[in-house]
Amino acid sequence: MTAGLTARMRVRRGGFDLDLDVAVAPHQVVALLGPNGAGKSTALQALAGLVPLTDGAVAVGDRRFEDTAGRLRVPAERRGVGMVFQDYLLFPHLTARDNVAFGLRARGVARRTAHAKADAWLERVGLIAYARSRPGALSGGQAQRVALARALVVEPDLLLLDEPLAALDAGTRIEVRAELRHHLADFAGCTVLVTHDPLDAMVLADRIVVVEHGRAVQSGAPSEVARSPRTDYVARLVGLNLLRGKAKGHGVALECGGSFVTRDTVDGSAFVAFSPTAVALHRSRPDGSARNVWHGRVVGLEQHADTVRVQVDGPPPVLADVTTAAVAELDLTPGAPVWVAVKATEVSCYPA
Amino acid sequence: MPASTSPDHRLVAARARPPLPLLVPGLLALGFLVLPLLGLALRAPWRRLPDLLTSAQVLDALRLSLMCALLATLLSLLLGVPLAWLLARTDFPGRRIVRALVTVPLVLPPVVGGVALLMLLGRRGVVGQYLDAWFGLSLPFTTAAVVLAEAFVAMPFLVIAVEGALQATDSRYETAAATLGASRWMVFWRVTLPMAAPGVVAGSVLCFARALGEFGATITFAGSFPGVTRTMPIEVYLRLQSDPDTAIVLSLLLLAVSVLVLAMLRDRWTRSGLT
Amino acid sequence: MKKMVGLALLGALAAGCASEEEPADKAGEQSRQVVVFAAASLQESFEAIGTEVEADHPELLVTFSFGGSSALAPQIVSGAPADVFAAASPATMQQVVDKDAAAGEPVLFARNRLQIAVPPDNPADVDSLDDLADPDLKLARCAAEVPCGDAAERALAAASVEVEADTLEEDVKGVLSKVELGEVDAGLVYRTDVQAANGKVKGIDFPESGKAVNDYLIAPIADAPEPDGAAIFVEFVRSERGRKILSDAGFDVP
Repeated sequence: MTAGLTARMRVRRGGFDLDLDVAVAPHQVVALLGPNGAGKSTALQALAGLVPLTDGAVAVGDRRFEDTAGRLRVPAERRGVGMVFQDYLLFPHLTARDNVAFGLRARGVARRTAHAKADAWLERVGLIAYARSRPGALSGGQAQRVALARALVVEPDLLLLDEPLAALDAGTRIEVRAELRHHLADFAGCTVLVTHDPLDAMVLADRIVVVEHGRAVQSGAPSEVARSPRTDYVARLVGLNLLRGKAKGHGVALECGGSFVTRDTVDGSAFVAFSPTAVALHRSRPDGSARNVWHGRVVGLEQHADTVRVQVDGPPPVLADVTTAAVAELDLTPGAPVWVAVKATEVSCYPA
Repeated sequence: MPASTSPDHRLVAARARPPLPLLVPGLLALGFLVLPLLGLALRAPWRRLPDLLTSAQVLDALRLSLMCALLATLLSLLLGVPLAWLLARTDFPGRRIVRALVTVPLVLPPVVGGVALLMLLGRRGVVGQYLDAWFGLSLPFTTAAVVLAEAFVAMPFLVIAVEGALQATDSRYETAAATLGASRWMVFWRVTLPMAAPGVVAGSVLCFARALGEFGATITFAGSFPGVTRTMPIEVYLRLQSDPDTAIVLSLLLLAVSVLVLAMLRDRWTRSGLT
Repeated sequence: MKKMVGLALLGALAAGCASEEEPADKAGEQSRQVVVFAAASLQESFEAIGTEVEADHPELLVTFSFGGSSALAPQIVSGAPADVFAAASPATMQQVVDKDAAAGEPVLFARNRLQIAVPPDNPADVDSLDDLADPDLKLARCAAEVPCGDAAERALAAASVEVEADTLEEDVKGVLSKVELGEVDAGLVYRTDVQAANGKVKGIDFPESGKAVNDYLIAPIADAPEPDGAAIFVEFVRSERGRKILSDAGFDVP
């Protein structure tokens, strides 16, 4: 029997319906990635025992937390999971040390021992100097580390991270993300991470489950999800153009009209994905080697770091990343007619 | 919790001239509240003050008043805080009605409260008759009756203040404590209560002040006997009929004690702010 | 909560209207108003007398201000629009006489004496002042600072009985209500109070009460707005019919 997490969760609350299965092996990090309101946080709360299941079962190894069929429900305080909240929820009236020691004290560990263990964890996250500080005196990054130490000091089998980096500014975020990755690598239990930031999911998770409208729409290794998005949401997240159609050999007849030639051979329903940088724009019909060429109209322009993302109406509609110089040269303004070209070698196709 | 006002705010407030329709009634209200107290001080027989203040009867009444108000506050804390928690943190049918009932003693004339206590705990009261018959216990005319009468009138202040404080504290901290393995009691004791501490202190101050000034319910339920049930307000009322000078001195003393307690607790309260 | 406050306000308004309506109507008939300031213990008998006076003299309207004598006297001295003052003790009447506020010599018109009041079933089996000395007995009396307490001390001293009261009340009504509610076994109150309690307490006479009698005095006021009405009222109090009403209420009438 493995000590992993197996969860079959069905939660119905008001008009919202969550139906999600999650399995996490020990030492593995699974990210629930999805837009706000998709139900990721509800899933996390259900795992923690803060929201009752309407139907389903949750277990870590042979410890059963909840089973609606067996009318079993272990309350949150007896599940022994570690949880890190988006805004940390460090107790404002307790010092950093007492915050970290809280879970141990709740388990009846003597004050002295609890403080020693808390200090060891504060040392580990580099905050021993702040042991006597109240949370109000800590920066966002420091508070996040204390919250992580508080969750991990009790050596839980299951660690739940609810948007652990969302409250941090961009600079701190990179640093804390790297550290978190380091701590997760040392952690022997199962970790479920909830995030709406694809980068968090890519860096921290071994496996990503994309959640939309309370359902898992795609799951797999981060690279796999990034390469082959299956919904517009994921495609937008990973910055790819995603089209859907019927494939036969190298050709795909798109649902929205037009057709595509790809490097892969697929038969039946398929997704077509390619990066906006693979899209070239021209004033007149290009003669080059590109196999996929069509006529469209510029709908919008958006300045990115050193490129301009151009939204072109099709069919099919696509996003193209071009240089600022190209925008001026081609005189790209909303409403301008334009020719679009994508090389077949840049286009991936996979079964839907 | 009163956050420290930024200097900018104060500047803006000082520069804006308050409109007369607010300024005039506001100053009138201030005068109306403060001038009677000033009158009390002006009319006081300052020369006889030391003698009057150190008389055994005055000291008895003062000691009794402070002790009873303190015990009433403790009783209110012991019972009122859990009630406030139930109102703020649990959902049960008729909770709104219960909340309304809790506030009834606030609008009830205290004498009526005293009569109600007699009806329940008096020698012939619904419960009191059994206390008397089975245990030979008779509450009226005892110091315990003073404490009960004061707690009856003052506890709602505490319950309302604490409930407000609990409603205002983020219950997600309690969720966090639960995920850390804390039992519901530990959550209350180590998280909820400390976080609501400013409200609890404020409620206790209100409760104590109200208990200290209690008159109607006390005289009705506990009677008036020097050193046993005759608290300062009753002594004041009694002396007013025979010896107004002493009554004025006692009133001043009561006023001084109230101001002192408020000042002391207020200071501690603002310092105990979180962060 | 809001609703309850609303109801309470409504009640207060209704009560206010009810009590003001009646005099307002009568005043509309151009009657002359006689204002009588009287000790609280006279309320029942004086209201009965007022009705009779109005029946005899339809042009008169008698209105009362009842209160503690020691509270009323200063009001009269400082110019309250009173026509008649009836005090429960010579001392309070003297305050008015001293300031030349009384028209003529005050006259004694009634006496009140103490009685032992017990609940109707008399649970402690009290029948004399001596019984009050029992330490297990719950006893209420007035504090020595107020007239009824002073009278109680004099009576107990006369009988040489040492009693320990459980409560020393601020006024006689406080004592009476504690007897009525059965919270005490006995209380020392005026005979008129027992009478007014209408059977809710039982009165027990004791011989020593003669040593602690309150004398009630009445006098018209010097600057009375309605001197004729005042004279008519005082005369009625001392008449055969007035004496009958007072004696029915429990007063001794000279």
